[in-house]
Amino acid sequence: MKSKSFITYAKAAGFVAYSLFLMFSFLKGFEPGKKMAFNLGYFSLEMARILPPAFILIGLFEVWIKKETIEKHFGRESGLRGHIGGILLAGTTVGGLYVAFPVAYSLYRKGADLGVIFTYIGASAICRVPMTIFEASFLGIKFSIIRLSVSIPLVILSSMLLGKYLTKRGYAIKEGV
Amino acid sequence: MYFLYLLVVVAVVVSFIADRTKTYKAIKIAFKKFTKILPAFAVMLVLVSIILTLVPDSLILHYLGESNMFKGVLMASFFGSITLMPGFIAFPLSGILLQKGVTYTVISAFTTTLMMVGFVTFPIEKKYFGGKVMIIRNVLSLFIAFIVAVVTGIFFGEILR
Repeated sequence: MKSKSFITYAKAAGFVAYSLFLMFSFLKGFEPGKKMAFNLGYFSLEMARILPPAFILIGLFEVWIKKETIEKHFGRESGLRGHIGGILLAGTTVGGLYVAFPVAYSLYRKGADLGVIFTYIGASAICRVPMTIFEASFLGIKFSIIRLSVSIPLVILSSMLLGKYLTKRGYAIKEGV
Repeated sequence: MYFLYLLVVVAVVVSFIADRTKTYKAIKIAFKKFTKILPAFAVMLVLVSIILTLVPDSLILHYLGESNMFKGVLMASFFGSITLMPGFIAFPLSGILLQKGVTYTVISAFTTTLMMVGFVTFPIEKKYFGGKVMIIRNVLSLFIAFIVAVVTGIFFGEILR
């Protein structure tokens, strides 16, 4: 308990120092500090645009989708089909990993297999459709095809192994610990 | 992006027509989950702002553009792992790297780690998965990125010519 409160204080002190640094940078015109504030503002706006709609969809998912449905399509018995389903779902995920984590938690609570969860997370990093199209336009379609056809099987394989290993050890995903 | 908003509006309206109480409950759940994870997002935003300031694009261009391939892949994985970039910055940057003669192998290591390994998203990942699983997942992702980089290199004739 004691160490936890210490971490809280350290975090609070960090935030205060960070804010003071940004304010100081603006007053004195310190360029790197101003750039930092710009980056903070930019990414905060990005989050503010993506997160509220994403969490509303998560909320709707929680109340409307039956546990049996998720168990059937993404559960332990779903096998490879579940992993492919996880990849298709990931293709439509917006943002990136930071959106995938809360979605993954909701899927898990509804009975999705741990392996499928890890496939979903990995895939939402590497095969979001709009991002892949954008990538192909800069680096060429050949590059994207090689990247996807190598990484997807590896993601599925490593997720299956990790999922099996953790399930055996009685691991559970928690929310906000 | 507009599609996301359209989808949310349609989903909420349909849900509201179907069941009012359930919809209120959904919004309540959304709000609760959002506020619960918000502190972790705040930490992530601070980390992103600091790291992107310490590691500007010019630094990445410099280090990836000049080293040999092995060093390049290591450097690319390092920068890819610690930074977080939206696609519309990351891919044009990769395009510039390509024009500067950086190999596909190195660029592949950079973009794949950028997508899969997330140092700045650690605070969020840790909240859900715990520290140990977070580390395992990121190390696995790093290995996957190496393999992807090597295979990319082979297909583009940069390795094993």
